[in-house]
Amino acid sequence: MIRVSHSVSTRNLKTAGLAAAIAVLAVFPLVFTNPTVTSIAVFTLLFMASATAWNAFSGYTGYIALGHAAFFGTGAYVFAIMTTHLNMSAGSSLFALVPVAGVGAMVVAVPFGLIALRTRRHTFVVITIAVFFIFQQLAFNLGITQGSSGIQVPTPNWSAWTFNNPFYYVSLGIVGFAAAVSYFLRRSVLGLQLLAIREDEDRARGLGVPAGKAKLVAFVLSSLPVGMAGAVYAYFLGQIFPQFAFNPLFDLSVALMTLFGGIGTIAGPLLGALVLESLQQYFTFQFSNGDLYLVIYGGLFLAVLLLLPRGVIPTTTDFIARHRARRQAPSPSVDSVASAESGRGGLAIASRKVR
Amino acid sequence: MIQAIVDGVLTGGVYALMAAGLTLIFGVMDIINVAQGIFVVLGAYLSYVLSVHLGIDLFVGLLVTIPAMFLIGVVVQWVFISRLGTRERTAMSILATYAVAIMIEGVLGLVFSDNYVQLNAWYVTRSYHVFGFYLAYIYVFGFILAAVLLGAIYLMLYRTRFGASVRASLQDRSAARLVGVNVDRVATITFGIGVAVTAAGGMVFGATNSFNPNTGYDLISRLLTIVILGGLGSIGGALGAAVFMLVLEDIVAVVWSPVWAPFVFFGALVVVLSIRPTGLFGRSSARAQ
Repeated sequence: MIRVSHSVSTRNLKTAGLAAAIAVLAVFPLVFTNPTVTSIAVFTLLFMASATAWNAFSGYTGYIALGHAAFFGTGAYVFAIMTTHLNMSAGSSLFALVPVAGVGAMVVAVPFGLIALRTRRHTFVVITIAVFFIFQQLAFNLGITQGSSGIQVPTPNWSAWTFNNPFYYVSLGIVGFAAAVSYFLRRSVLGLQLLAIREDEDRARGLGVPAGKAKLVAFVLSSLPVGMAGAVYAYFLGQIFPQFAFNPLFDLSVALMTLFGGIGTIAGPLLGALVLESLQQYFTFQFSNGDLYLVIYGGLFLAVLLLLPRGVIPTTTDFIARHRARRQAPSPSVDSVASAESGRGGLAIASRKVR
Repeated sequence: MIQAIVDGVLTGGVYALMAAGLTLIFGVMDIINVAQGIFVVLGAYLSYVLSVHLGIDLFVGLLVTIPAMFLIGVVVQWVFISRLGTRERTAMSILATYAVAIMIEGVLGLVFSDNYVQLNAWYVTRSYHVFGFYLAYIYVFGFILAAVLLGAIYLMLYRTRFGASVRASLQDRSAARLVGVNVDRVATITFGIGVAVTAAGGMVFGATNSFNPNTGYDLISRLLTIVILGGLGSIGGALGAAVFMLVLEDIVAVVWSPVWAPFVFFGALVVVLSIRPTGLFGRSSARAQ
């Protein structure tokens, strides 16, 4: 009884929070017009989309993939190659190629997934790293990618003050898309199958879960927003190089952002990317010392792993749930129900607003 | 061609040494030390400092760098790894050691900058001329060093009481604990040893390749490929896979093109794992975990 009325009021609160977050994100570039700030915002949004998509596979299945940079780079290169080979002129119409680049990443993800998903646990992690490096090698050595000299992408001649805004809104759209994928995946039968695989793959198989198919679908699905983010990245920067499009730090970053926010939750990767990527961009802008930044980043990563191994969102929702349960019904049974629910990631469904 | 095979075997020996450390750590602790690559680079930089600033010979310098790397390994394990939760331990360990790796990379970048350097000594530039092909002294010396250290690890594992407890922990952690093995202490020392071998590996690597703080990525992806191919936790497998891969890479570089050699290196891993998910020499039970 208490918990039902409770969840209704929480739901209203969450809808309001979500609406507020969307409103803030929608007017952000109109309020903060400084190009430095909006450019940081674009990178942050791209990482929010990527981390959300990464979490839709790795967070739900428990398979830690460290090769999503291959999709990011593929999206970036598909976009760049299309613009140069089709001789397209810069402008808003080029954004139409972003979904195409995302589909390009999906096409790549199918064989990648078929190979990598034959293995489990650590072997899976290592094989995703290896496949990622194959892609990086291809970008360095193939003729069509123009090797280490990179590819120039046409730059639109928009005014400098509002130049970032179209990129901002397209990126925001990708974030929304990635969050929607993550949300509906979580609520679908497929999502339940993925969670069953995370808990115990052999048992899930025994109960009739088509584990191979479910994992592959989630893997390919999670590559789509990452490829789209890569395309926007290429367009935004105006040129791409193999070592930046296929960057091993990208894999680490999305994993860290997701772990920081809360792996397996919907809001976790959004929050993690929002905090960490904007901080990182700010640091690079302020100190412009890549090495110092690496030290800080590594230290922060270790601190998260050791102090908040479950992430910010599960830890805080847990805390709130326990606090409320204690206040409303001091009997130990309700307390244990609430904490059991949150312990199984049950609250993950509930916590989907950004903050 | 034959030159390529001989070079592959000689460098393969050195890679085998670095990979043996990695696979030993995995076998005992069930964690993957992604920082192994940057530890190799760190070992190379330690040798660099000793040889350039203090004028100590590279091989003599190992007397300092091997214990130093052992200590670093013990500290890293004690401060970061041992405090990780037990849940998803392998995945967490990859992330934690990755974080350690980028911290070390950052520190090396701050101290030494991103310029490429290479270790130098009289035996780096000279070579034997035997049976029509050239053998650089450093390759031969490095191979001998790797063989000696691998032999020492082998003796330690199979001839000492500590080695018996390491092997017991390799087979079954909880059973080893039951018969009175201090598994945590074994794990810490094993991690130290696994990292210590990178001092020697790094010295030879640094003398045969130019390196900078970013070299660790390239190295770790190779080392991981080797240990996965060899079957995680199997030292013999790591030896076989290291020699196999390096010979393959050298042959590809000669008959096709050097730029595609790394591609074949990783391609071989993908092909092998598609056919045998446990690796070339892995136990079949590894997949059921």
